[in-house]
Amino acid sequence: MSGTKIQEKKTVTLGSLWRDKKSRAVIMQIIAVIGVLLFFGNIVSNTVENLDRLGVKVGFDFLTEPANYDINQTLIEYDSTDSHFKAGLVGLLNTLLVAGCGIVVATLLGFTAGVLRLSNNFVVSRLMQVYVEITRNIPVLLQILLWHGILIHSLPVPKKAEAVMEGVIFTNRGAYLPQPIPQEGFGWVWIALIVGIVFAVLFKKYANKVQEETGRLIPAIWIGAAAIIGLPALMFIIMGSPVEMSYPALKGFNYQGGFVIKPEFMALWFALSIYTGAFIAEIVRAGIQSVSHGQTEAAHALGIKPNFTMRLVVIPQAMRVIIPPLISQYLNLTKNSSLAIVIGYMDLVATIGGISLNQTGRALESMAIVLGVYLFISLSISALMNIYNRRIALVSR
Amino acid sequence: MTTETKKYPAGMHPVLPPPSGSVGPVRWMRDNLFSSISNTVLTLLGLYLVYIIVPPFIQWAFIDSVVVGAESRKECLAIMGEDRGACWSFVYRRWGQFVYGFYPVEERWRVNVAFILAAFTIAIVLVEKLRNDKRILIGAILLPVACFFLITGSSLFGLVSVPTNKMGGILLTLIVGLSGIFVSLPISIMLALSRISKLPIFSIFATIFIEFIRGVPLITLLFIASTLLSYFLPPGSNFDLLLRVLIMVTLFSAAYIAEVIRGGLAAIPTGQYEAADALGLSYWQSMRLIILPQALKISIPGIVGSFIGLFKDTTLVVIIGLLDPLGIGMAAISTTEWAGLSTELYVFIGLFFFIFCFSMSRYSLHLEKKLHTGH
Amino acid sequence: MKKLLPIAVSLAALTAMNVSASTLEDVQERGVLKCGVSTGLAGFAAPNDSGQWEGLDVDLCRAVAAAVLGDSEKVEYVPLTSKVRFEVLKSGEIDVLSRVTTWTFTRDASLGLNFAGVNYYDGQGFMVPKALGVTSAKELDGASICIQTGTTTELNAAEYFKLNGMTYEPVPVETSAEGRSNYLAGRCDVYTTDASALAAQRSVFENPADHMVLPEIISKEPLGPVVRHGDDQWLDIVKWSHNAMLNAEELGINSKNLDERGANNKDPSAQGLLGTNEAKLGAMLGLDKKWAYNIIKQVGNYSESFERNVGKETALKLDRGLNALWINGGIQYAPPLK
Repeated sequence: MSGTKIQEKKTVTLGSLWRDKKSRAVIMQIIAVIGVLLFFGNIVSNTVENLDRLGVKVGFDFLTEPANYDINQTLIEYDSTDSHFKAGLVGLLNTLLVAGCGIVVATLLGFTAGVLRLSNNFVVSRLMQVYVEITRNIPVLLQILLWHGILIHSLPVPKKAEAVMEGVIFTNRGAYLPQPIPQEGFGWVWIALIVGIVFAVLFKKYANKVQEETGRLIPAIWIGAAAIIGLPALMFIIMGSPVEMSYPALKGFNYQGGFVIKPEFMALWFALSIYTGAFIAEIVRAGIQSVSHGQTEAAHALGIKPNFTMRLVVIPQAMRVIIPPLISQYLNLTKNSSLAIVIGYMDLVATIGGISLNQTGRALESMAIVLGVYLFISLSISALMNIYNRRIALVSR
Repeated sequence: MTTETKKYPAGMHPVLPPPSGSVGPVRWMRDNLFSSISNTVLTLLGLYLVYIIVPPFIQWAFIDSVVVGAESRKECLAIMGEDRGACWSFVYRRWGQFVYGFYPVEERWRVNVAFILAAFTIAIVLVEKLRNDKRILIGAILLPVACFFLITGSSLFGLVSVPTNKMGGILLTLIVGLSGIFVSLPISIMLALSRISKLPIFSIFATIFIEFIRGVPLITLLFIASTLLSYFLPPGSNFDLLLRVLIMVTLFSAAYIAEVIRGGLAAIPTGQYEAADALGLSYWQSMRLIILPQALKISIPGIVGSFIGLFKDTTLVVIIGLLDPLGIGMAAISTTEWAGLSTELYVFIGLFFFIFCFSMSRYSLHLEKKLHTGH
Repeated sequence: MKKLLPIAVSLAALTAMNVSASTLEDVQERGVLKCGVSTGLAGFAAPNDSGQWEGLDVDLCRAVAAAVLGDSEKVEYVPLTSKVRFEVLKSGEIDVLSRVTTWTFTRDASLGLNFAGVNYYDGQGFMVPKALGVTSAKELDGASICIQTGTTTELNAAEYFKLNGMTYEPVPVETSAEGRSNYLAGRCDVYTTDASALAAQRSVFENPADHMVLPEIISKEPLGPVVRHGDDQWLDIVKWSHNAMLNAEELGINSKNLDERGANNKDPSAQGLLGTNEAKLGAMLGLDKKWAYNIIKQVGNYSESFERNVGKETALKLDRGLNALWINGGIQYAPPLK
């Protein structure tokens, strides 16, 4: 084909353009662009016409209007007189909170289960397999509903609840815990913590340098950890324990005071962590198995201690396989947190994409905001992951 | 055992059984369960966990449970007496709804026939021998069309048409899941090819589309399908909710499967592309004859995985008001007779999905193993 | 992407039903009325054991179908959650929304919708278990309250508690089934929604007598049918279908005596309503003479519909109260058939 093309090039017809590989590529792309533009142009014109016909205006001005509804879990100050924008922000923070907590627990659970799955212990490895297979194969929506049902039906109502220990009460309206309320001087404890972290990081760098230069090993991790925990603790004692505990107490219908974790949050948190944990377990297992046995043997042959073999040879290589799918599981967990609406957890979808949408009737705008926020979260995490991938790709050369 | 010691030539001594302590269950247990203190603790902990979960569950779900003979939860409780087990009667009494939704009773045979045809189709796709026969494969493509006409009805064949809002239960799950996967496959192949295409425009469009769909939760897409899609269509036009949901689900799974296939395409050695070029094959020829068959083969486990995900995600349609098995069950437990049976409902629906998804994941594992030995 | 466009376009073309400007013509051509109702609210719209929809809101759909198509059974019920109802109506998927929808200024003015009257005057109330020992909503400071989202309810609750200087924990629920489950499990102390819906909820409890509705009614909730902007003829039809039922009750016409009343020469207003004299009320709406006759024959007058669905003899046991005719001390007042 490409041989005959050159002679024909003199007379340019539509057919010859089509037969030429390069010009065909251009034509096809132009067609695609026109097609896509037409498609979206059509959608936009339809939307405009439809909105016009119904006499509905489009705009984001409703965001500044008072929301007029209350939210039961707010990380920032919020009141029904605040704007829809703030209500949406409360929802977004709730989404991020449950996603963050879920990611931590799912990771712990997943790594534990993934490692135990490879254990020689028959009972343990089978149990982990059963956990993985059961939770992975049941829709997460169902698991959220199940956890919520268990929590609100099996825990006692506040009036019948008894404290498990001083200030710790489990009721079907939430788990109440004593809440430390920082008093004057607690700021110093924070400062001590920051100093501790900075020290730990610097010390680790120093230890690495010493090791590279002299081969001497300094237990930097332990010393760093001691600094991070010890310094604030010391400061805490010096300042004379500047916290006061707020204990929950039954007043009227509910417990007041203390720290409360709502059952909606717990159900969502448990369900998402357990569900995603099963996927992470499989990723971790595959990651560890992907490191060839020769690596371990070679490390042993070099006389590296088994402990170090795991830490310096196997894990770093396994992590390269583990991290990309792990991140995509984190993303999945975040997206799955949108199922919160089935149990009434007020996340982004339930606030701006739910009640606000309903009260104002601004369906297009509200959904655009929800989609935009999720896209932003997903794309920024993907971008971070791409950077990470590029880095480990370089390391591997 | 002979008492007489026999002399054997060098190397001819018969193989003796190992010492009794190093084989058999005792040895196995010592190696696998009690090799160290921590291992022993884990084992005992594990066994204790099994002990506190499994027997009570069996007691609740099977031994103390009531299936037939109760018309309401009260009657269930009366039959059970002291032992509070599961009350499965609502599942038993509403079995028809769980399977067919509100599909007219006298037309349900059509759904049954469609189920059988769908099973045939799946068998053809899954069994390699059948798959390799072209004629049978074409049949497999025609069967879903027949299913479509059977279920929706058509005056052409004298079948009463059934509106889609009558479809529910397992029927709905299968419609959404199966048509989602069948329609999304070709779309996802095109998307994957576009994304890795050397033509920048195609690559950009495909990337934007895939990243957009993968970046947002399915539930928001379903909300769009149920509320906003009508804004985007020409004024006054309007089409069926189930169809809108199907379109969204298809696009959703297409984006995910496209990424799986892209992974498969990336795994094909460059030599294959070069060899195809060297043979003078055009782009489409080389794709159709050389690259795609290999890439798809590698991607099958991933595609099955996506399908399992899609199948589980069909439960989300309950949020926009379609009555999948979960929706049917929720309607059942919101009646006076069956109120308060949510645990039974969730366990039942969970079991249904588990059976489907677990067998699919086993199948995918089997494929993976088979593909491994091929190389 | 390239493939998606033709697929999307052809699918849309295949299945799109072109709806002309007139809803009336569409309905008559289709031969069936599409009516948006609740997903299941006893007394207002819920399928019975044999799958037939029943309720006060359902009767309104049936009345419109009787007026337009001459047959109250020619209705396709589209169960809708409160979240999607307006969008579904706006999209043209349904012809009329009859789903315990509160008529408010914002909805009427900004959503591109018109309210076609009020088929039930309601107000938001609170239900509590009797065991709680509460007798007034003023005592609810600090309580957990189950609130159905997507309605005006959450706004009223927020306003009421703010005005009275009380705090509460809102427990949002999506559906009435979810609300019931939360309330009965004790997740919340109080269940708040429209008083009629509370009665409906309570009627399906195992022990309805253990629960009571507090005397405070904290809002005005005029519930009525809704149609799209831009089709005045259709608005008139829905409005007058409801008014015909009210006027019939005022005139003492019901599904049993209408034939005899329509034949009676001394009864011109009854004759006008039933289309037995020369007054061409139906034609003015673009309907036939028998439009109101069909409504009353097949659905009944307002009183019959009320008593059959939510009245004293039903599980809801609602009083006529505000919903009595104006001549009986209520505020149901239909404009005259002149």
